[in-house]
Amino acid sequence: MNPVSELIKNLADQHGRNRHNLLPILQGVVEQEKYLSEFSMIEIARELDLPASEVFGTATFYSFLEYKKMGKYIIRICKTITCSMKGKNQILMAIEDMLKIHVGETTPDGNFSLLQTNCLGFCHKAPAMLVNNEVYTDLTPEKVREILSSYLKKQKEEMV
Amino acid sequence: MTKIIKISINGIPIEVEQGTTILDAARQAGVIIPSLCYHKDLCIAGNCRVCVVEIAGQKRLAAACATPCEEEMEILTNSLNVLHSRKQIIELLLSEHNADCTSCFKNGSCELQKLASDYKILKQDFIRLVPFKNYTIDKFSPSIIKDDSKCIRCQRCVRTCAELQGINALTVAYKGDQMKITTFFEKPINDVVCSTCGQCINHCPTGALVEKNYIEKVWDAIADKSKHVVVQTAPAVRVGLGEELGFGPGERVTGKMVTALKRLGFDAVMDTDFTADLTIMEEGTELLMRLKSVLVDHDPKVKLPMATSCSPGWIKYIEHLFPDYLDHLSTCKSPQQMFGALAKTYYAKARNLDPEKIISVSIMPCTAKKFEAARPEMHDSGYRDVDYVLTTRELAIMIKQAGLDFMKLDDTHFDRLMGESTGAGVIFGATGGVMEAALRTVYELVTGREIPFENLNITPVRGMEGVKEASVKIENPLKEWAFLDGVELKCAVAHGLVNAHKVMESIRSGKAEYHFVEIMACPGGCLGGGGQPIPTSPEIRKKRAEAIYAEDEGMPLRKSHQNPEIIKIYKDFLDHPLSEKSHHLLHTHYVPRERF
Repeated sequence: MNPVSELIKNLADQHGRNRHNLLPILQGVVEQEKYLSEFSMIEIARELDLPASEVFGTATFYSFLEYKKMGKYIIRICKTITCSMKGKNQILMAIEDMLKIHVGETTPDGNFSLLQTNCLGFCHKAPAMLVNNEVYTDLTPEKVREILSSYLKKQKEEMV
Repeated sequence: MTKIIKISINGIPIEVEQGTTILDAARQAGVIIPSLCYHKDLCIAGNCRVCVVEIAGQKRLAAACATPCEEEMEILTNSLNVLHSRKQIIELLLSEHNADCTSCFKNGSCELQKLASDYKILKQDFIRLVPFKNYTIDKFSPSIIKDDSKCIRCQRCVRTCAELQGINALTVAYKGDQMKITTFFEKPINDVVCSTCGQCINHCPTGALVEKNYIEKVWDAIADKSKHVVVQTAPAVRVGLGEELGFGPGERVTGKMVTALKRLGFDAVMDTDFTADLTIMEEGTELLMRLKSVLVDHDPKVKLPMATSCSPGWIKYIEHLFPDYLDHLSTCKSPQQMFGALAKTYYAKARNLDPEKIISVSIMPCTAKKFEAARPEMHDSGYRDVDYVLTTRELAIMIKQAGLDFMKLDDTHFDRLMGESTGAGVIFGATGGVMEAALRTVYELVTGREIPFENLNITPVRGMEGVKEASVKIENPLKEWAFLDGVELKCAVAHGLVNAHKVMESIRSGKAEYHFVEIMACPGGCLGGGGQPIPTSPEIRKKRAEAIYAEDEGMPLRKSHQNPEIIKIYKDFLDHPLSEKSHHLLHTHYVPRERF
């Protein structure tokens, strides 16, 4: 059995197969796979006996449910006004420069994706960003380079 | 008992039942509140805000369609505040709407255009967003064109597809300013689970969803002197067409329609009702054969209940959603396709015409028929059996283009050979009609007696209930049908695919033991089809159904097997029902399709 299908089956066993169980299952797939592919949406629809369009509609509504292929680490930088005023653009430029990708793109090695997000609730420690589920605040270009370096290092070690 | 409450609308006191919405109350009081996202067939959405009204004591305006009346409520439907707001709401809707009205198929029949005209939106204070958005136009389907730039996201189509048809081909995706009505992964409608029934088109207030029209192609064919253009008209067209051309709902315009078609220049105007009668002969015989195979021979390969196969929307639906039940479908083609196959064989031979020179056009209350005619299986005459399918609305457009004063036209009869029909053929246009027509013939075939219903009206299968059940006990059959003695023939009739789903589930679970089920994709049957005049509402469907049954009662012959042209075609051409020739020309097969 395809590992994604198996994951979806397990999630459905765990959460249930009713219409209202769709969201936790979508979240479960995103946690493992980083995004919801066409294949996984169809598998979810099949498992829950829902129209595939409804799964798609739900998945595309929520910001943190990605439906395009994402890297291993998803960087989400806060785009709202406080972070913007506190220098979010410099942070963004530093990341883009370091990873050689723009917002919405993924590095060719499939390790990093760069996205913007709405308010993370860290206005008092702006600018803020997320790397997967980790929050980083009070960012400066130097600090963000350090953070990314640590991820790059971790990635290299895992390769070996 | 429901409580009666007192309210006032624009100072006029009225009494309404508790729970009535302001919109309905106003309509009862003769006050028109404009609406867009509201539709009588559908659940309330309250998202377009066009119907806002002022309620005394409330600061914010309320959507009339989504607000129930309360005791002593004072409602103002056209205060200055309401008028300003409503105008602004329409302007906002227009700012995101591709208002290229003169080049739109819905020009003249668009609800948004009518609102803009009623409220005289002469200036545009809001930025026009259409040029900034990357809208898509989906033209891949042979039936449906979906143009997102004209969509106002009222979601009538989404609710139609979910509530009436239970398919959910269309969904709301994304959010905020990105929100749009689309399909799974924004695929073309042709590639997703869609029955092509066209109910979304019938419920769309703008030009965002329209049928793919073949009007120009048909004009070209008519003008081509080397071509012989034959046209067939479906039973439901004659009770709907009038609505587009000045008559009220439920007006029968059969004779005028035939005259109009002749004036348009068609070389032969014949009737789908004739092949509806033929369908009854084939399908009725098939049912009896199946009953024999199951009850006498115990053949496990032959499946019961047998389901009707006239509705192409239903066919595509079952192919998608119940692909393991295709053996239950009657192998009979729909009347349209039977006509198409015969037009280029039987008719061509009788009239001494080269079938290659024949263009076969059909007028249908249906958009799925366009898909059906394009199916690769439908080439049994050696050519494409039906070349072009026009909806009732498209025919009305052609009649207007030709400058015919429809209301003043005389009545003409259909041309011979395939133009004679019985009342049984006519009622194909209403839900339960195929069942009733089949029972009239099958019962008489088996017992030699007329079916024991007063005046042949099998009322249990009539009406607008979603799923209807009936049973007919067969007593003292003729010798060759002795095995049916005492058998209670159990039937079910469903219309609207959401009801089809119920019937299919009860068959799948083994709860229902039907012998014969009739399913029509559209609510009300063909008379409520996706190609019928807009609007179609429960009241209008009822009126069209009354017209169909009135037409039936007015016919001298009301049983398919009595149709002299049917007797003739079996004598001259087809031999007998289910003969080799009819198998070749009049029967088909089905293809399983993906559910997701």
